[in-house]
Amino acid sequence: MSELSVKHLLGIKYLKEQDIQLIFETADHFKEVINRSIKKVPSLRDITIANVFFENSTRTKLSFELAEKRLSADVINFSAAQSSVKKGETLIDTVNNILSMKVDMVVMRHPNPGAGIFLSKHVKASIVNAGDGAHEHPTQALLDSYSIREKLGDVAGKKVVIVGDILHSRVALSNIFALKLQGAHVKVCGPKTLIPKYIESLGVEVETNLIKALNWCDVANMLRIQNERLDISYFPTTREYTQQYGVNKKILDSLDKEIVIMHPGPINRGVEITSDVADSKQSIILNQVENGVAIRMAVLYLLASKIK
Amino acid sequence: MSQKVLLSSKEINIILHRLACQLLENHLDFKNTVLIGIQPRGIFLAQRLTDILKSEYGVKDINLGFLDITFYRDDFRRGNKTLEANKTNINFLIEDKKVVLIDDVLYTGRSIRAALTALQSFGRPIEIELLTLIDRRFSRHLPIQPNYRGRQVDAINNEKVKVMWQENDGEDAVYLVNTTS
Repeated sequence: MSELSVKHLLGIKYLKEQDIQLIFETADHFKEVINRSIKKVPSLRDITIANVFFENSTRTKLSFELAEKRLSADVINFSAAQSSVKKGETLIDTVNNILSMKVDMVVMRHPNPGAGIFLSKHVKASIVNAGDGAHEHPTQALLDSYSIREKLGDVAGKKVVIVGDILHSRVALSNIFALKLQGAHVKVCGPKTLIPKYIESLGVEVETNLIKALNWCDVANMLRIQNERLDISYFPTTREYTQQYGVNKKILDSLDKEIVIMHPGPINRGVEITSDVADSKQSIILNQVENGVAIRMAVLYLLASKIK
Repeated sequence: MSQKVLLSSKEINIILHRLACQLLENHLDFKNTVLIGIQPRGIFLAQRLTDILKSEYGVKDINLGFLDITFYRDDFRRGNKTLEANKTNINFLIEDKKVVLIDDVLYTGRSIRAALTALQSFGRPIEIELLTLIDRRFSRHLPIQPNYRGRQVDAINNEKVKVMWQENDGEDAVYLVNTTS
């Protein structure tokens, strides 16, 4: 297959397995490009992209912006904090105003689940979801799978455990969709209060014992506790959470095999993982960040080629 | 669809040896010269020439790279299909080197234009030459001409020149394919 089956990247849920493979193959080429001394290609020189961020972001925003610039797209940035959203403008109005300045693609992060899907039905531009509330974060899941593929050769058949706040995590949901689509085995691990009730319906298993989960897996994707989304108390104290679900070097060394440690960032060092784990040889956290640019270049390139 | 043979395996072999000799005449020991095959179809020709230069003319070391031009093409979003990329493999610098770009067919010249832009990402060469097996005369869109050519062909626009390689297509041959009849 040589083109994506979708016009927007709203979530992994809407992708086919071949889409993911095409994105990975394209990302391989871009990874070679960004390791040259001149890291830029002219592909998207007649495309304008608006990065619309209604929620804070460091990595994702920088990564998208870098990807756009390395494809030679024109980039405009918008963050809700300094905008007319505060004056009561609606989402569609805000975006349509941006689009009337001849913008072809919108990369959007929004606190409300489904914001990207809603927008894609009302505006003409190609939408890339950069995180919508606790729903999906497709490019993160793609770069996570891509990093597993790079480290272990393949995603199919690999055992991946996602540890932490599954309930509030868009990274978890997108990862589950992506990993299942590629034929990986997935478990989620965390306090029962932070695991959604019907998660098994997605074809994943629940394991509340961290050591058991780690002994089972090839890869552990450690998530951050999303304090900003915790409306009530889901566990007694952070210290207790760390004792039950935090990974330290001692635990890592006690396992039967060397597992791969991943983290989507930002890390709360000493909470979900300790510094010596984050900086260990088994951690591919910084590779994930590097791959993020290549993956986003691939997604933007493939989507842009469908704009007529 | 009808096709006729433009070059047989024997003719291709003779031409490859002639092109190798012409390269040798201008570049001698290839110390300061690099060969770059353009993806996807120029790489076979580049590899063949390198093999001939090494095995039959005793050239010791040749820098051979493969260049993908997909991201530099000027027809992005102009066709209906997404342009699919290939692997670029250039593990040397071309700064201050003589570069010989190698492709199977020179037609409109647009691929070569893209390749010239793409090469800039790998440094500033002192000179760039162009070698093609088939030069389709009278069909250029850009002022680009080859320095070394295998065979010049007059073909009309709805004809297609197909270059086949043993290692990829099972035979060495060049066909002229008429797509209308």
